[in-house]
Amino acid sequence: MMRKAPKSAQALVTRRGMLLMGGAVLAVGGLGARMRQLQVKEAATYRLLAEENRMNLRLIAPARGLVLDRNGRALAENRQNYRVVIVREQAGDVEVALDKLARLIRLTPERREKALKEINQRSAFVPVTVIEHLTWEEIARVAANAPALPGVLPEVGLTRHYPQMEATAHMVGYVGPVSDSDLEKQETPDPLLQIPDFQIGKTGVEVRLESDLRGAAGASQIEVNALGRVMRELNRREGTPGRDLALTLDADLQTYALKRMEGESASTVALDVRTGEILAAASAPSFDPNAFVLGIGFDDWNYLRDHPYRPLSNKAVSGAYPPGSTFKMVVAMAAMEAGMLSADETVWCPGHYQLGNRRFHCWRRGGHGHTNLRDSLKNSCDVYYYDVARRVGVDAISAMANKLGIGVKHDLPVPAITPGLTPTRAWKQRTYDEAWLVGDTLNSGIGQGFMLASPLQLALMTARIATGRAITPHLVRAVDGRPVEMGDDPELGVRPVALRLVRDGMYAVVNDRRGTGYRSRIADPDVKMAGKTGTSQVRIITPEERARGVFKNKDLPWNRRDHALFVCYAPYDAPRYAIATIVEHGGGGSVAAAPIARDVMMHALYGPTPPLQAYPPGEREEIERQRKEAPPPPRPEPVADPAPGPAARDRA
Amino acid sequence: MTFLDPSHRQLPTGAAKLLHMNWALIVLLTAIAATGFMMLYSVADGSWDPWASRQMTRYGVGLAIMMIVGFIHIRFWRSVAPLAYIGGIVLLLFVEFFGSVGMGAQRWINLGFIQLQPSELMKVALVMALALYYDWLDPEKVSRPQWLILPIVLTLVPMALVLKQPDLGTAILLAAGAGVVMFMAGVSLWYFGTAIAAGVGLVTLVMKSRGTTWQILEGYQYKRIETFLDPSTDPLGSGYHITQSKIALGSGGLTGRGFMEGTQTRLNFLPEKHTDFIFTTLAEEFGFIGSISLLALYALVVVFALASAMRNRDRFGALLTTGIAATFFFFFAVNMAMVMGLIPVVGVPLPLVSYGGSAMLVLMAAFGLVQSAHIHRPR
Repeated sequence: MMRKAPKSAQALVTRRGMLLMGGAVLAVGGLGARMRQLQVKEAATYRLLAEENRMNLRLIAPARGLVLDRNGRALAENRQNYRVVIVREQAGDVEVALDKLARLIRLTPERREKALKEINQRSAFVPVTVIEHLTWEEIARVAANAPALPGVLPEVGLTRHYPQMEATAHMVGYVGPVSDSDLEKQETPDPLLQIPDFQIGKTGVEVRLESDLRGAAGASQIEVNALGRVMRELNRREGTPGRDLALTLDADLQTYALKRMEGESASTVALDVRTGEILAAASAPSFDPNAFVLGIGFDDWNYLRDHPYRPLSNKAVSGAYPPGSTFKMVVAMAAMEAGMLSADETVWCPGHYQLGNRRFHCWRRGGHGHTNLRDSLKNSCDVYYYDVARRVGVDAISAMANKLGIGVKHDLPVPAITPGLTPTRAWKQRTYDEAWLVGDTLNSGIGQGFMLASPLQLALMTARIATGRAITPHLVRAVDGRPVEMGDDPELGVRPVALRLVRDGMYAVVNDRRGTGYRSRIADPDVKMAGKTGTSQVRIITPEERARGVFKNKDLPWNRRDHALFVCYAPYDAPRYAIATIVEHGGGGSVAAAPIARDVMMHALYGPTPPLQAYPPGEREEIERQRKEAPPPPRPEPVADPAPGPAARDRA
Repeated sequence: MTFLDPSHRQLPTGAAKLLHMNWALIVLLTAIAATGFMMLYSVADGSWDPWASRQMTRYGVGLAIMMIVGFIHIRFWRSVAPLAYIGGIVLLLFVEFFGSVGMGAQRWINLGFIQLQPSELMKVALVMALALYYDWLDPEKVSRPQWLILPIVLTLVPMALVLKQPDLGTAILLAAGAGVVMFMAGVSLWYFGTAIAAGVGLVTLVMKSRGTTWQILEGYQYKRIETFLDPSTDPLGSGYHITQSKIALGSGGLTGRGFMEGTQTRLNFLPEKHTDFIFTTLAEEFGFIGSISLLALYALVVVFALASAMRNRDRFGALLTTGIAATFFFFFAVNMAMVMGLIPVVGVPLPLVSYGGSAMLVLMAAFGLVQSAHIHRPR
């Protein structure tokens, strides 16, 4: 029989039961209130968080803008990049899949190792690039064997290609993968840079005009799960491709200039004097930018970096050299502007210039005798310029140099542009805490000492002398088909007589039988060239050396030989082109630099095969023989709707 | 006086017992379990496999067990109470030495057809033992200290074993269930006040012990408490569960995102979505209306069970029913509070809804005891 609880105990149970129920109701009320708080009051916040959780933006890389030359020829283009990716979860045994793949295409053990490592690090559903830059044949083999290779997918992307190879490497530059330092440079990095395998400009126009070339990212809104796997695409917006840039360069002239300098460490810059357009800016030796895009090997990189001719340096704009005798026009113009020099005035050159107990030598030991302005340029008399420089002073010389574009940093979209150097009294005091000496002025008078100029600046100086206008250099001709405004440069502000006299002297340099550049003249009676040679020392000749007479260039090690320079413009009476050539440690300007500059000038004037009559009679036979041996390649097919090239226009 | 005729108060026998069962409870439990089937179907991306179909089978088995247990006279269950308690302790000791390790805790005995969790059994066995003790004890004596020693020991022994596994959640549920039985039995409120004060002191001590040589809890437990207090400190680590769970709940809004439409569930942002965190899926897909309805179902189960206990003049049956109702209450309340970020994540499933075999069967058997007490209550 069951024991029944006493009445009082039963009452207690009821009382306590009610208390319990009350407690439970309170607790349930609390839970309900919390539900209301989360699901009604704060619902909007949490809904947003849930959306953020599941949505993901995947960026679509835009096609990089093309870089074209002035005739529409591609300097940098986008090529299809065939690559093979592998998806672990579809591939089954990854090692077996890679072995099968290696039978179809060349897969180095290092590449295989690297791919395996990455495959194992990433999630199973993430495609990992095994190998890229395959040929069409290779990718076709992979595609044809697709049924036997589950999870191994042939893919196509875009990669940069430079069809002109070495020729435009320095100016156009190259692209490469985004590095950590690229990201650090920007305060708010473009999200595009996070895309794997994205290419970004590293040097040249590619880096300086990155913002034009890159374009804007497209976006694909995708739904992802907690592991990041893409479930579906919700929305897609295509990106904006980068802008196409037409440069002022003429790929043909540029290629020719580089080829003409083969074997030298040299640079040639050619300008259109009417607009300031840079038609060629070549630095020799060069390198193949495509090697950098594909990923340059350690050995190749070391070779380029350590080569004494500095192939990676863009000497045309970054190289700063003592301008030597090519600077003499500046000194003469400075003196004439200051009213300290007239055309007929002569200086006696005994072969040296005495300053106190120090003797400044003329390049010609016997001297030039009585020398006027025209002869001083024609013969490149040093003593004349010692004298003139001393009269006018370094500050006026540097001011004139600045006016002509030396010592000024020109605004071009390539990195590492040197301003050169035009010293002044104040500058020396500031920099070296030493007083300016008269000897410094004498050295400056012949473009030596502190004075430094780049090939671009020398070409620009020549163009400004030729036109009398303050030409500004241009490298970009059009952006996305819209022409960049240029030309209409102001007058230089130099008295016409000074310009005329200097031009006359430059004419004599090339066309006078005794001129230093006579051997490199253009013999066409209708087209005359004016120029100036230069030979700049890179060392100081000690009196002992001079006494021993051992300062013949060929007896010196390469890197202590003189730099050879030549500046010129043509045609003399209606200037079109200005060219400056520097051959590092090339010896005499008339021997090493002038022929190169002349040939580039001829190429610009006449196209790839100048008429024989334009060459001096002594050279014609040799040229004819060369042409028979190796006829120059025909001009490449004209591209659709080409802007007339400089050469084409000139022949018309 | 015909209404005093004992024949009116006769206990039902045989099939008549079926009529005298607490049908309200059965309907409520079935409704809750059905909600569970639906959610398991949803979290499996619209598939009866692998969870929903098995859960339904188990519920069927559980219902049968409930009937059988309910039909057996409460007298029998009182007589086996000590045995159940001793059996529970033995099984706990057994898992201590031979149990399988799952989720970092020794909890299961693998019986081949089912993963038995002795701690589940223990919750019921402890309530049975305490109900028996207070049924035997003269109600006058319940508040005397010497008569408190045995129930406290009876509670502490399984608690210690469960904590050793380590399973903080179950240990708390054991203590709470035992506490409610003692409360219902009439133990003076002063003791409960003291116990609560002592509990607060213990918590302080536990927190203070962190990093000292006498550290009381495991490192991961401190970590959980810490991230509970501020989930944002570790959004991708331990705090991830709480944060994602709250996002799922909140994004459900008033009416929910629709059945099978919850993105948090679909895209696997929710942890353990078919077990401890299944409530979040319900809340995400059916919103505030869905979650408050489930809460109401649970609350009604407790109300009906407590009402049955209060009407029951059999002290054992009343105390047993109260204890089971309390255990059930703490079960769902702790789980819901946990997923809503009110208390730390302690690993308590949502009764009848979370996927899990032994928990479901033990719970149905326990409600069988409630039915037995209800059917066989003195008339």
